[in-house]
Amino acid sequence: MIGVELRKLALRPRVWVSVLLLCLLPAIVAVFLATADFAPPPGQGGAFLSAVLANGSLYPAAALALVLPVFLPVAVAVTAGDAIAGEAASGTLRYLLVRPVGRTRLLTGKLVALAVFVVLAIVAVVITSLAVGVGLFGSGGAAAPGAVGQAGGVTSLSGASLSSTALGLRLLGAIGYIVVSMLGFAVIVLFLSTLTDSALGAALGGLAVLITSSILETLDSAVAIKPYLPTHYWLSWIDFFRDPVFWHNIDKGLLLQAGYLVVFFGAAWANFGTKDITS
Amino acid sequence: MIVTRELTKRFGSTLAVDAVSLDVREGDRYGFLGPNGSGKTTLVRMLLGLVYATSGEIEVLGKPVPKRVAEILPEVGALVESPAAYPHLSGRRNLTLLDAAGRGGRRRDRGRRVGEALDQVGLSGIDNRPVKAYSLGMRQRLGIAGALLRKPRLLVLDEPTNGLDPQGIKEIRELLLALNAGGTTIFLSSHLLAEVEQLCTRVGIVDRGRLVLEDDVENLRALTGRVLLDTPDQDAAAAVLDGQLESRDGERLVIRHEDPAKLNALLVEAGVRVVSIGAERRSLEQVVLEVTGSGSDRFDRRPA
Repeated sequence: MIGVELRKLALRPRVWVSVLLLCLLPAIVAVFLATADFAPPPGQGGAFLSAVLANGSLYPAAALALVLPVFLPVAVAVTAGDAIAGEAASGTLRYLLVRPVGRTRLLTGKLVALAVFVVLAIVAVVITSLAVGVGLFGSGGAAAPGAVGQAGGVTSLSGASLSSTALGLRLLGAIGYIVVSMLGFAVIVLFLSTLTDSALGAALGGLAVLITSSILETLDSAVAIKPYLPTHYWLSWIDFFRDPVFWHNIDKGLLLQAGYLVVFFGAAWANFGTKDITS
Repeated sequence: MIVTRELTKRFGSTLAVDAVSLDVREGDRYGFLGPNGSGKTTLVRMLLGLVYATSGEIEVLGKPVPKRVAEILPEVGALVESPAAYPHLSGRRNLTLLDAAGRGGRRRDRGRRVGEALDQVGLSGIDNRPVKAYSLGMRQRLGIAGALLRKPRLLVLDEPTNGLDPQGIKEIRELLLALNAGGTTIFLSSHLLAEVEQLCTRVGIVDRGRLVLEDDVENLRALTGRVLLDTPDQDAAAAVLDGQLESRDGERLVIRHEDPAKLNALLVEAGVRVVSIGAERRSLEQVVLEVTGSGSDRFDRRPA
């Protein structure tokens, strides 16, 4: 079933278009940065943007910071919303279930396919932005005037210099963390997708969750629930680029997303497993 | 093959299926008839474990549904309501994915299985066009191919000839007859009387969720004890028949008589010209109209 879901994912033009669009945004930003040739002042623009001018190999991190708040969750919401509701709307759900494919197995297959999609999207963004970054800004050899980078190395957010192996490892850690964060969100949308026959409805419902969470995040009076908001620790992947890695929020974020995964996959399973399929 | 006992399904306050007790025997070509909205599709979905019954029992292939539906479904091929496929993929790719989605069957034989199913429904020459470019009839054929993919012992088909032209309908009918001759039981749900009349050996008729009749087609289409006679010499015929004449409808006379052959001889002897003569049988349409009300897609104003 997982193999079939992966093949369906790969055969779907929409998937590739969304990955392409995700890669395009950082590329556009890079072109503007390269042509303007002055760095945004630190603290403005996306994270890392001021540092990448000195060293293009840091650009993947900047690219992740660009796509993470909106574009990546939108792509995830669209794909996850389509998971069950899309099959229901096209009528293929009933044929899968009478084939027979167990409902739990179908749901698991969908979740795995979603995870693969998230990994694929993020890896594509990292690879293309690395190519764009190194191509446009060089890999740190030619330090721009006033930049924080030093020749041959990348400066961590804490100021100490990182070797390229350390940077690679930290980037992998950040990718893993973002994948888990996105999955926690994807499983919420997957649950919504079992509630409705409208893929669009489920995706928009997911975005509503995202926006609500972001708004509450800025609200001081909501301080009691902030640590439990799905987006609360999303940006903690940046902590992988501190020296030493600041694990405190990363651990909490992973735990929170694991909680969301268990609760919402359980809810999706309970709902889908007992639902009358009338579509 | 299929047995239901007091099967009931309620959606909120609507009673979709009301205490239906079906009995489909092995080797039957069973026609499940009923007006639109009478609960046919809901019942089919319950048989396949898609919709859960509110009360009552279902047994398919001798095993309870939905409890052991995972053991039953591999031997059941189904077309529920309308065919469905991923529109951006080709028909062959769709069937391959469907085959791969479930257990059973060797991967090596997948191409052959798909090829055979396409062959059976007359799509063997199909190219790589995506399903969204298919005509309604082609989609229907593809749906039937999907149902045949696993060589099922029981075929559950909901309106299988929908969207097919007369030639296609005949092809599918012949295919189903051939499969049935090979031992496949066929459960066909339809509101098309002609389709059921030509194909089925047994019918169940539902109306507003209730099974109002279940019998062999043979019994339903019994002789009525009347003979239909077409003749230009109506008055002469009436004189010969003397009291056996029941009604007159243009050139057609309805006569109470058991044996058309004898009656024909009598008429010819008396010099009455006979255009056509034959025993009257009840048509399935008459039977259905007798036992069902208007479909639930009709909403008349309530009398004040």
